Amino acid sequence: MDTFVQHLVNGLTIGSIYALIALGYTMVYGILRLINFAHGDIYMVGAYTGLFLATSLGFAANPSVFGFAVTLIGSMAIAAALGMAIERFAYRPVRKFSKMTTLITAIGMSLLIEYLFVFFFEGKPRPFPLLLKVPEWLPQFFQPDEFGNYILFGNAKISFIQILIFIVSILLMVTLQYIIFYTKMGKAMRAVSFNLNSAKLMGINTDFVIAFTFALGSALAAAGGVLTAQYNPKIDPLMGIMYGLKAFVAAVLGGIGNIPGAVLGGLVIGAAETLVVGYGGYIGIPSTYRDAVAFAILILVLLIRPAGLLGSNVQEKV
Amino acid sequence: MSRIFLAICVMTSIFLSAACVDKSGTNTTGPTGDTIKVGVYGDTTGATSSFGQSTKNGIQLAFDEINAGGGVNGKKLEMIFEDDQGTPEKAKTVISKLINQDKVVAVLGEVASSNSLAAAPVAQEAKIPMITPSSTNPKVTEVGDYISRVCFIDPFQGSVMAKFAANTLKAKTAAILGDNSSDYSKGLTKFFEEEFTKLGGKVITKQTYAQKDQDFKAQLTQMRDQKPDVIYVPGYYGEVGIIAKQARELGMNQPLLGGDGWDSPELWKLGGAALKPAYISNHYSADNPAPEIQNFVKAYQAKFSVAPDSLAALAYDSAKVLADAIKRAGGTDSVKLKDAINATKDFKGVTGVISLDGSRNAVKSAVVLELNPAASKFDFKETIYPEGMTPPTSTTATANGNTSSNTNTMSNTNSTSNTNSTATTNTSNKSVSDSK
Amino acid sequence: MNWVKSIIVGIVFIALFYIMNAAMSSTGFFGIGIDDYQARLLVLIAIAVILATSLNLINGFTGQFSIGHAGFMAVGAYSSAFFTVNYGKAIEASFGFLGETLASSIVLLIAIIVGALVAAIAGLIVGIPSLRLKGDYLAIVTLGFAEIIRIVIQNIDAVGGATGYPVPGYANFLWIGVFTVITVVVIHNIIKSDTGRALISIREDELAAEAMGVNVTRYKVTSFVIGSAFAGVAGTLFAHYNKFLHPNDFQFIKSFEIIIMIVIGGMGSMTGAILGAIIVTLLPELLRNLPPIQVGDSTFQFADLRLVIFALILILTMILRPQGILGTKEIGDFFKRFRRADKPEGGLE
Repeated sequence: MDTFVQHLVNGLTIGSIYALIALGYTMVYGILRLINFAHGDIYMVGAYTGLFLATSLGFAANPSVFGFAVTLIGSMAIAAALGMAIERFAYRPVRKFSKMTTLITAIGMSLLIEYLFVFFFEGKPRPFPLLLKVPEWLPQFFQPDEFGNYILFGNAKISFIQILIFIVSILLMVTLQYIIFYTKMGKAMRAVSFNLNSAKLMGINTDFVIAFTFALGSALAAAGGVLTAQYNPKIDPLMGIMYGLKAFVAAVLGGIGNIPGAVLGGLVIGAAETLVVGYGGYIGIPSTYRDAVAFAILILVLLIRPAGLLGSNVQEKV
Repeated sequence: MSRIFLAICVMTSIFLSAACVDKSGTNTTGPTGDTIKVGVYGDTTGATSSFGQSTKNGIQLAFDEINAGGGVNGKKLEMIFEDDQGTPEKAKTVISKLINQDKVVAVLGEVASSNSLAAAPVAQEAKIPMITPSSTNPKVTEVGDYISRVCFIDPFQGSVMAKFAANTLKAKTAAILGDNSSDYSKGLTKFFEEEFTKLGGKVITKQTYAQKDQDFKAQLTQMRDQKPDVIYVPGYYGEVGIIAKQARELGMNQPLLGGDGWDSPELWKLGGAALKPAYISNHYSADNPAPEIQNFVKAYQAKFSVAPDSLAALAYDSAKVLADAIKRAGGTDSVKLKDAINATKDFKGVTGVISLDGSRNAVKSAVVLELNPAASKFDFKETIYPEGMTPPTSTTATANGNTSSNTNTMSNTNSTSNTNSTATTNTSNKSVSDSK
Repeated sequence: MNWVKSIIVGIVFIALFYIMNAAMSSTGFFGIGIDDYQARLLVLIAIAVILATSLNLINGFTGQFSIGHAGFMAVGAYSSAFFTVNYGKAIEASFGFLGETLASSIVLLIAIIVGALVAAIAGLIVGIPSLRLKGDYLAIVTLGFAEIIRIVIQNIDAVGGATGYPVPGYANFLWIGVFTVITVVVIHNIIKSDTGRALISIREDELAAEAMGVNVTRYKVTSFVIGSAFAGVAGTLFAHYNKFLHPNDFQFIKSFEIIIMIVIGGMGSMTGAILGAIIVTLLPELLRNLPPIQVGDSTFQFADLRLVIFALILILTMILRPQGILGTKEIGDFFKRFRRADKPEGGLE
């Protein structure tokens, strides 16, 4: 039981990160019907930006809540700007063309970012400093053990960073939900995703809405990047490929274009992966099949319920 | 029909014109008299680009030193580097380019055994000697007599750590966490398990991960319940640092064992204090005061402003072995050069004394190092010699001999409280002998 | 009358490939030789042509969205390699009376059939359930399938796993050239046949096609299976030419490369796919020869940036010429300007 809970906690941690990245995929897809393959690389850029902010502003040396917040928000802002720039200069010119064209542009963008980073920062993994510690003025009850763990029960532990990831992801997701459902911009986003041309006729500045969506998605991905870097403090230029793919799978699993679906999909993929590594051995699945699990689940779900877990079956327009 | 005909015409003409373009390219870059061209291939843009970069740097440093000292037989060495993006298909393409287009006299590379395995037949067919600095799979040199290596092979390195675990650490049970996408890791896993079982130990659980994985807690949680005495992690430093951290976070305090893939200055930043207790097998110790090693470490640091890892040291040695062979062969005739390389004996390199055996594998001793994260360095524990190699009796001649003269002082620097690592260095096994 | 012409053209091409094959040998063809590197690039182009034309049948002509072609290539490559490694010698011996060359050719032919069949079966297994799905979902399933295949291969030690799989080298340029021509001709003929018309009607408008009585699912699966089978052929030829297989050669970047070929060349154009295959294979290799630039006291290796340049060219092509270099036209169309254009101008839609 301890072990199971431990697996679940670990899986949900990874799952929250997948969920953060998946939100960007799902929003962009919902609006443009574009699989933004460069999204995983924005996650990577977010982690790198975080590293440079943290080291250049001196937060790496003395961890503090302020330093963490500045790094997180700073890298989110820079990634948002990057996302908007990519949309403006690469996707907007090809938006009116066929799906294949936009897809290839996205792949090209992804390769461009990866190779540029490999060229400038080399492929070697870089350590990421810990930016946040449990404040010492908190009472003894809140102080973790020497490895930053809190004991849930028995041998099952949850680390401080894991709690941090949960809190930050939930905060970001609530904010996103607020933006989409309770602001004017969110209403415009929903309108554009419902029907881009009608939205335009209604006087919505669709170009701006799309740019805003990219900014929002990229910011979330960057937050995912910084949080992963806190949890597994190692970043490299190709770290976005697998995470990007799996987050994308999570978005499809939840029902692409559906925001709660992306979160659910991310959590399911994260937990399933971890449990397969933990218990797959008993049913003959070695732990290396971890990466195949996400795809296998995806294919099964698509065959049984093509719209995804929470997606609604939209009647094809004639 | 006419359309398809045209299509095929165009296709063929482009084929031919491409060939012609390339052809004309060759003629302009003929071999020149005063340089010796050496081809180097590795991954500088793919998933293992940090390995390719280290290899390239190590060879560059060796060539610069040789050229500064007048070159080989009065000729300068010129490195022609090609990137293979870490895939075997591209490795084969670039080695073919190096041999056919650039007309190199010898090839150095690759790190990953699978890439070397793909490329080696090209060198063998073209009769161009190829020295791989760090491909440890035994199959690589089995390709033919033009292929050799300066590192030790998986069976030896795997058994070194198994012996250390069983004899020195007195471990009864072990867990293995290997990289299933890496040939190197799979090889070490296999031979560690074989030797450890032979010595009476038991491998109770084997878990795997894939390169670039970020999260290992699932595998480690599974291991935690089985309570192994030691955990063998035959991977590369990028993953290992995180594995160590996550293992300690889960409350696992067992000694971690590893191989030369751990050796990198980045390891300390990635793993930090979690890397204790931990032991690795390696070719050499960077803290060894022997002049060959210290000069290399200093020169590398000065040139590339990072400390060298084991891949860089091996690459450096492979370049030096090649230069030495060219000197002994008196030229770059491929048959003579191959024979000279294969006859390499007692070559004093950074990574130990290199002699090539009948199957063109380097026979050299391995050192077991204890990790000392507080000082960010590896402390020397013991030297383990391969079967049939006699340990040097005096402390004068060799790099590792020099190490052994310092054994006492070095192993005293660490005062571990761990009962498992009582530094007993005497062993009953014949092939394991302490150099003290 | 047409088939007479076909046979003559066929013979001419086989003769041509024979000459090129001879030119690649160590002695050369009457002193005209190309070196192994150039030969290898030609072979890689030929294999890329098979991959691109076969994917073009699925993506360009049927309008489906497969982004896992390397997975089917891997299936064909590994299954045929497994076959030749285990049974190649025995078959070669039993046909030994025909002479060494012919016997090894027979082994290769059987291997190609094995590779094509297994890949076709894989295509069928993936195709039947997933072709019910719309556009992007099919793309995701094929991508997922390709990744699963790679991970599974990586874990099977019988075919080398992560170490790689050495394969006997039965294929030479002659065979690869012949099969490239066969692939191009077969796919061209499919497109010009009734089936091809049905496929194109599905691309243009699925609902209308269905209304006209085209069995959409059946035709989609047909094109998917044929495309996969030819990917298997390409895989087989690659395995037996490269003599070494490794899961890293079938990463999803490989699938992307094949898509890039057909998109750059122009989707729905045979010659476009061929042109794309040549460009995508040759361009990164040619960019290796970029000269270093002296900046201050340090030399700047331009060749290190070749993949960045490649990605930039890709994006710029898409922005400036979204329908690809040829669009849905064939190269031949440009020589027939005096004839009234019988195809619509512009992109794919």
